Amino acid sequence: MFIVDYIKTVFGGVKSLLVGMNRTGYYFFHHKEIITQQYPDVKQVLPERFRGEVVMIHDEKNEHRCTGCTACELACPNATIKIVTKFDITPEGKKKKALDTFVYHLELCTMCNLCIEACPTGAIKMDQTFEHSVYDRSLLIKILNKPGSKLMEGVE
Amino acid sequence: MFSLEGLKNTIHYTLSASLGTTSTLLVEMLIVGICVISLFAVLGLVLVFMERKVSAYMQIRLGPNRVGFQGSLQTVADTLKLVVKEGLVPNGADKFLFNFAPFLVMIVAMLIMAPIAFTKGLQMWDLNIGVLYVTAVSSISVIGILMAGWASNNKYSLLGAMRSGAQIVSYELSAGLAILTIVIFTESLQISKIVESQQTGWWLFKAHIPAVIAFIIFIIAVTAETNRAPFDLAEAESELTAGFHTEYSGMRFALFFLAEYVNIFIVCAIGSTLFLGGWMPFHIGHWSAFNHVMDFIPGIVWFFGKIFFLIFVIMWFRWTFPRLRIDQLLNLEWKYLLPISMFNLLLATVVAIMGWHF
Ligand code: SF4
Ligand code: SF4
Repeated sequence: MFIVDYIKTVFGGVKSLLVGMNRTGYYFFHHKEIITQQYPDVKQVLPERFRGEVVMIHDEKNEHRCTGCTACELACPNATIKIVTKFDITPEGKKKKALDTFVYHLELCTMCNLCIEACPTGAIKMDQTFEHSVYDRSLLIKILNKPGSKLMEGVE
Repeated sequence: MFSLEGLKNTIHYTLSASLGTTSTLLVEMLIVGICVISLFAVLGLVLVFMERKVSAYMQIRLGPNRVGFQGSLQTVADTLKLVVKEGLVPNGADKFLFNFAPFLVMIVAMLIMAPIAFTKGLQMWDLNIGVLYVTAVSSISVIGILMAGWASNNKYSLLGAMRSGAQIVSYELSAGLAILTIVIFTESLQISKIVESQQTGWWLFKAHIPAVIAFIIFIIAVTAETNRAPFDLAEAESELTAGFHTEYSGMRFALFFLAEYVNIFIVCAIGSTLFLGGWMPFHIGHWSAFNHVMDFIPGIVWFFGKIFFLIFVIMWFRWTFPRLRIDQLLNLEWKYLLPISMFNLLLATVVAIMGWHF
């Protein structure tokens, strides 16, 4: 019957609204579990696989594992990496290609991880830092190999 | 006991002792005007802060918590920001109407303050058709909104204003009928008489079923009339940017924002006057001991307590319910609220005639 359906609709509607109000009311009066992260004061522990920026691994002797093979530069989909190579003279008098500067444009990087997977020697990795904002774009262009660093012994 | 009525009389006698009748009246009007404006300013700050905190708590967030203790100065900072902002007038806008609209909305809000009784004897204008006056004047604010929408020369604004018009005109009906239900019991349109008639208990309890239905309808209708979510089709952030105030910035925007919150305060004040006894303390029938204890809490505390309770309920609605589409909105009014409130009016009449209320 029409009138019965009508009354049922009204009561059904009111009931479902009350269920909703009960939920939000519960949250209002039980203010314990908070999902807000008070960011600069309390920093969240980031998951291990979080990708913040590409860095080059250096050991305590200021040595890195990058051979300057440019595999990462080729793997990068948006030309974030520019490898400048130079030629070292080995003790035997042979010329050998080596890394001069590893230029990394943070502003272009999409954190896709392809460069890290492409690197045959595991010289670069993803870091967890994420506070990258600066006032000038040029500050985002980074040189990843530290000054004076050289290739680790035995890495080919 | 400290009473605001005494304060009022002291001011009146001091002034009339040194001034003539006309200048006394003028000075008193000035004082009242300043009081109303400062009440509005304080209300704006408090209610915006309350809204943000309530919404945060309901969504398991913290809300503003940086400026001042627990973020309590956040709204002050926001106001400062709005004051120093440039108030743009878009090209092709109707300059006069565009500038006038926010003031019109504020003026209407101030006009409705006139008959509201804050406590015993503290009332600006106790006219004998108080409730009728309130319903009549409150509909003017839709003209301010339409004006803003039309003058902005922006399709979003115009759409928002049109929706707001349709919405306010429709919901005014059931709000009016809900008010009438109580007027049947009070037998008077005068605010002070309505409050006085709740000496032995609030109408929400005294007039049981019809009053409860009318109360629910009233709350729904005023939520719609103040253009708040779930009925925020006039603003509709997701589809119309900001509805009728899309083009407003700086202080003019602040006025609209303030008017929204002041309007909530006013409708809640009217709701608590009609259903929850205004400034009348919680009395039960003729238990004079209990009633006497309740009388120790001043009327103004009762009044503001009830208003803030109703405001909380309306905020609760906003942060719980999903928004309505425009057709659902009109369906709700014309197919549900209006028939129910008409039936309820009949029921109330029967109850009043047969004397079935307390
Ligand atoms: S993470 Fe992706 S985008 Fe960034 S440098 Fe590596 S390959 Fe290029
Ligand atoms: S970082 Fe790895 S892939 Fe890139 S140039 Fe160096 S060794 Fe080659």
